[in-house]
Amino acid sequence: MAFKMIKRLTTNLRQNSFLFGQLVNRDFQQRYKRTALGMAWSVLSPLMHLAVMMLVFSRLFGRNVNHYVIYLFSGNIIMSYFRESTKNGMTSLMSNSGVISKINVPKYLFLLSQNVSALINFGLTILIYFFFCLVDKIEFTPAMFMLWYPIVWFVVMNIGIGMVLSALYVFFRDIQYLYDIFLQLLTYLSAIFYTIDRFPAEMQRLFLLNPVYVNIRYWRLVVIDGIVPSLPYHLLLAGYALLFLGLGAFFYKKYNHRFVYYF
Amino acid sequence: MNVIDCNDVSIRYITGDFKSIGLKEYVMRKITHNFYVKEFWADRHITFSLQKGDMLGIIGSNGAGKSTLLKAVTGIMIPTGGSIKTHGKIAALLELASGFDAHMTVRENTYLRGAMLGYTKQFLDDKYDEIIAFAELEEFQDYMFKQLSSGMKSRLAFSIACLVDPDILILDEVLSVGDGAFRKKSGDKMMEILSGGTTGVLVSHSIGQVRELCNKILWLDHGNQIAFSDDVQLYCDAYEEFLATKELPETKEDIVKLAEGFAKRTQKLLHDKQVKESKRLEKVLEKGTSESAVLAAIKILQKSKPEALAPEYAGKS
Repeated sequence: MAFKMIKRLTTNLRQNSFLFGQLVNRDFQQRYKRTALGMAWSVLSPLMHLAVMMLVFSRLFGRNVNHYVIYLFSGNIIMSYFRESTKNGMTSLMSNSGVISKINVPKYLFLLSQNVSALINFGLTILIYFFFCLVDKIEFTPAMFMLWYPIVWFVVMNIGIGMVLSALYVFFRDIQYLYDIFLQLLTYLSAIFYTIDRFPAEMQRLFLLNPVYVNIRYWRLVVIDGIVPSLPYHLLLAGYALLFLGLGAFFYKKYNHRFVYYF
Repeated sequence: MNVIDCNDVSIRYITGDFKSIGLKEYVMRKITHNFYVKEFWADRHITFSLQKGDMLGIIGSNGAGKSTLLKAVTGIMIPTGGSIKTHGKIAALLELASGFDAHMTVRENTYLRGAMLGYTKQFLDDKYDEIIAFAELEEFQDYMFKQLSSGMKSRLAFSIACLVDPDILILDEVLSVGDGAFRKKSGDKMMEILSGGTTGVLVSHSIGQVRELCNKILWLDHGNQIAFSDDVQLYCDAYEEFLATKELPETKEDIVKLAEGFAKRTQKLLHDKQVKESKRLEKVLEKGTSESAVLAAIKILQKSKPEALAPEYAGKS
């Protein structure tokens, strides 16, 4: 069934590729063209974030951690990509309600195009990330080629979560605020600026329930330690992604036709 | 074969404070069993079918469910009950001026909207100049969309949407877009599309328009189907009488009665008008010099009431 869905999706995308391109173009413009800084902002913003965190936390947590800057940076870029793509995904339907309630277009295209522009942004920050790796004298190992794996599944998961949120957002407008709070809590729970070794072993395992942390850890293992995680760890990543995608697809399938009633 | 087959369609909105209360409050009220929703049926048991080349006029007062029904026909909404089957490509000219991006140029918006309507890049490249020319926006192509006047926005929306060769054309009050000149142009364009055997659905508050354009009529009131018929003139008469008297017909006889009422009323109106006119003329005559007044009076009588004149004056000019 999953295969069928993907096949239908790709034929749909091909038919709508022109529209999709136009939407991506629009979202990209909305993000960059109207600000004086343009794309530089998506570079500056994580850097400032990183600078402040380093200033505050390196004394507190950084002493026993190898390459603490990269440790922080890994957590930071992944978390901010997650934040951006799910939050934009959430509002993607509502902000296009004027069109959706008048023209019969596939609704998920709006969500996907938002995800594409978030992904482009993420790509930019990854470039800076590797520049910092160079500066911090991280050894570049073949293991790094495995980074495509967490990225792909992370994108899939974010799309799934975006689907769930955008559907919910149509029905409940306060999701926006609730989700902000949730993101804040999730940031603290994702071990971005601290290490989890001080927790007892059972507690450490609980961290694996957080898919964002699972992704961050993969990056750190590969980049800082030069280790490719175990096979079950790979499966865990894929599992989370498919779970949320399935959930999102279910929500869309079920409520797709009701959205129009609530705009 | 029916081009549109609308079978027992009902559409329900859930109202109540669903949207406004938000998730937190929703969960709390669910827990305390304090959560209620209200149902609102925008359309109830609507049934009609159209053949190729038909033009349906949908009439009814505000809130009758006309626009909702159109959304169901275009496939934007899925009906709560019943089914709608359509054959062929649909072009819907609903109120389209919304949904543009205010910060993009006219050119970019044209392409974006075209893409949403399912046009290909090739097609848009070919037709772009035509669209802009039709909307009369040649000098504004690189303006931000927000800088346009609302009339210009509607014109652009209309021009993009009407550049198709659809099997089904849906018009929701759009024939009243723009200024007088553009209205005429858009009306002509619609007629051109419709004359090619396209099936049309028109929602209009202008009864004259319905009388003129439609060969079938659907009358809705508060979501209920009052009538679906091909006797357009009869039902338009009845509807106009309904607008005056607010008496909702229930049977076919009521319709006929209403239509008769309308005929009587229009005749009475005509009569009243004539009486008023003759009174006015009388006044004019009273003021005139005697000879010319008598001549004029004879002329008027010859025209409108020859039997009142002595036979020697009746036929003479």
